[in-house]
Amino acid sequence: MSERFADRFGAQARRAFVTVVRGLIQTVLAFAANLPLFILAVLAIVFIPLGVGVVLAPAVLLAIRGVANQQREWAAEWSGVPIPVPYRPEPAEGGPFARLRWLLTDPATWRDLLWTFLNIPVGAFLGILACSLTVYGLEGVFVAPWVAQVTAYGWGPFWPLGDYGVVGIVGTVVLGAALTVASVPLGSAVVKAHALFGQSLLAPTRNALAARVVRLTETRSDTVDASAAELRRIERDLHDGAQARLVALSMNIGLAEEMMKHDPETARQLLAEARSASGTALTELRDLVRGIHPPVLAERGLDGAVRALALSLPLPVDVRIDVPGRADAPVESAAYFAVAEILANVVKHSGAQRAWVQIEHTGDRLLMIIGDDGTGGADPAKGSGMLGIERRLGAFDGTMAVTSPPGGPTVVTMELPCALSSPKTLPSSGTA
Amino acid sequence: MRVVIAEDLALLRDGLIRLLGAFGFEVVEAVDNGPSLLRALTTHRPDVAVVDVRLPPTFTDEGLRAALQAREKVPGLPILVLSQHVEQLYARELLSDSSGGIGYLLKDRVSDVAQFVDAVRRVAGGGTALDPDVVSQLLTRHAREEPLQALTPREREVLGLMAEGRSNAAIAAALFVTEKAISKHTNNIFGKLGLPQSEDDNRRVLAVLKYLGG
Repeated sequence: MSERFADRFGAQARRAFVTVVRGLIQTVLAFAANLPLFILAVLAIVFIPLGVGVVLAPAVLLAIRGVANQQREWAAEWSGVPIPVPYRPEPAEGGPFARLRWLLTDPATWRDLLWTFLNIPVGAFLGILACSLTVYGLEGVFVAPWVAQVTAYGWGPFWPLGDYGVVGIVGTVVLGAALTVASVPLGSAVVKAHALFGQSLLAPTRNALAARVVRLTETRSDTVDASAAELRRIERDLHDGAQARLVALSMNIGLAEEMMKHDPETARQLLAEARSASGTALTELRDLVRGIHPPVLAERGLDGAVRALALSLPLPVDVRIDVPGRADAPVESAAYFAVAEILANVVKHSGAQRAWVQIEHTGDRLLMIIGDDGTGGADPAKGSGMLGIERRLGAFDGTMAVTSPPGGPTVVTMELPCALSSPKTLPSSGTA
Repeated sequence: MRVVIAEDLALLRDGLIRLLGAFGFEVVEAVDNGPSLLRALTTHRPDVAVVDVRLPPTFTDEGLRAALQAREKVPGLPILVLSQHVEQLYARELLSDSSGGIGYLLKDRVSDVAQFVDAVRRVAGGGTALDPDVVSQLLTRHAREEPLQALTPREREVLGLMAEGRSNAAIAAALFVTEKAISKHTNNIFGKLGLPQSEDDNRRVLAVLKYLGG
């Protein structure tokens, strides 16, 4: 019984302590981050016409996003208030002006800025309130009544100290204890109120969500079209290729069976033909399978598949891959085919002597950079291959950027948001 | 000659058992998954093993991994790896310990029974049997480079067959010329590529592959 009480007491004490710390953190954030960032942001935006702001504003606005994202994480972690990140995707290419425009035209930037300003008083007030409830209660129990015996203590109006003697001391301790106990749920409620305040400004607005739906609808219909076309191609390849060859094969074998008795020589020839037809059918099927999902990708993941691909190309390709784990199969496949298509372009069009591939997983995305020392001049708008890659990546909210000045070199950067699973091999069906 | 077979599809496994049996091999065990393969290889220590790359339980490169692990425990254990697709990456891994007794072929090659059995025997004898697809990829990759440019088309053909692991006699038979003509070609090839001559067939193959793989 008493052990249970001790456990519960411990849990409540921990909760109170955590709330005090969170209140302090929010207060410090309001003064140390929001206040200076708001001032800097206003100055940077004012200085845009002078030129300095063009460089300064994106830096400050991105720093504000960093703080806002931290607030979003805390709101979810501390109070269970989910605040999705509302920002538009960063443009794949373009100089500082494109970047500035991307930031300034995003309504989320301005809502961030409003939050940064309002959170200075709101965050500070709620933060101090969250921690002072507990601290003041504890003061009533452990500090005020005792110090008041020795010296005139600025105890404030709440504690019944002064002329009441022992009654005053007992009253103060009781009141202090009651406030301390009450501060546990109250403090959490104040922290949650602050989270809800953040949610009202930092969450995506209806407009932003509507824009996201439009984008998703587009990419989904692209993806559906592309996979329907892909299935038609596979059907045609099978129908005209392997299937037709197997028909001819079984015909030849049947004929050979008939011939076996009275014309063994012709039967032997037919069987030899049948064998060579089966070889061709197998080769066709192998190429088809490679186009659908390369076996080495199933066996070794993106890392092994890209290395195997690099080895099969007629020019040296330097491969550096740092991906600890495996992405989901569809993402892995999209990433592989994007890299394969770019490398195929390098071989066909660039006239390069060397190429390199760098793949790494940073934060929550896969970053793939492919470069060559060729003649450059690659234009993503031309050529269905590049558009195909954009579509493949788009289905997973991925992006692609190409820099390819005339004379080279060409560098293609692709990003694909994805999470990694532990580096175990994924099960798949079929056999090699 | 004692053989271990690893193949998960019953149809193909029975086919391999029947085929090798018909050519006088004794199949000591036929397994259908990676863990039993590793056990079978290390306990039976067969004269040669014929192994499918993709096996249960993961259906990835189980067979290849088991083969490599077994060869770590039993260096030079002859293993012929079969697959529906060939990758230079895998060929490189198999050949990396350069102790010979390695084969890596497309499953399709089984249909040419005589050649397949020859490849199994070659691997069992510590030789190499590399799929023509792997070899041609290696050759295309280096086709633009200077030393290979200097080879005549006939010499390139001989180099390809040599890289597959065939002996001079076998190359001579395949190209319908005398063995003497082939050894002249190989001398020229080794001279032009600046490789050390070797009487030992297997060491010769490994030198060629190292040259092409580099």
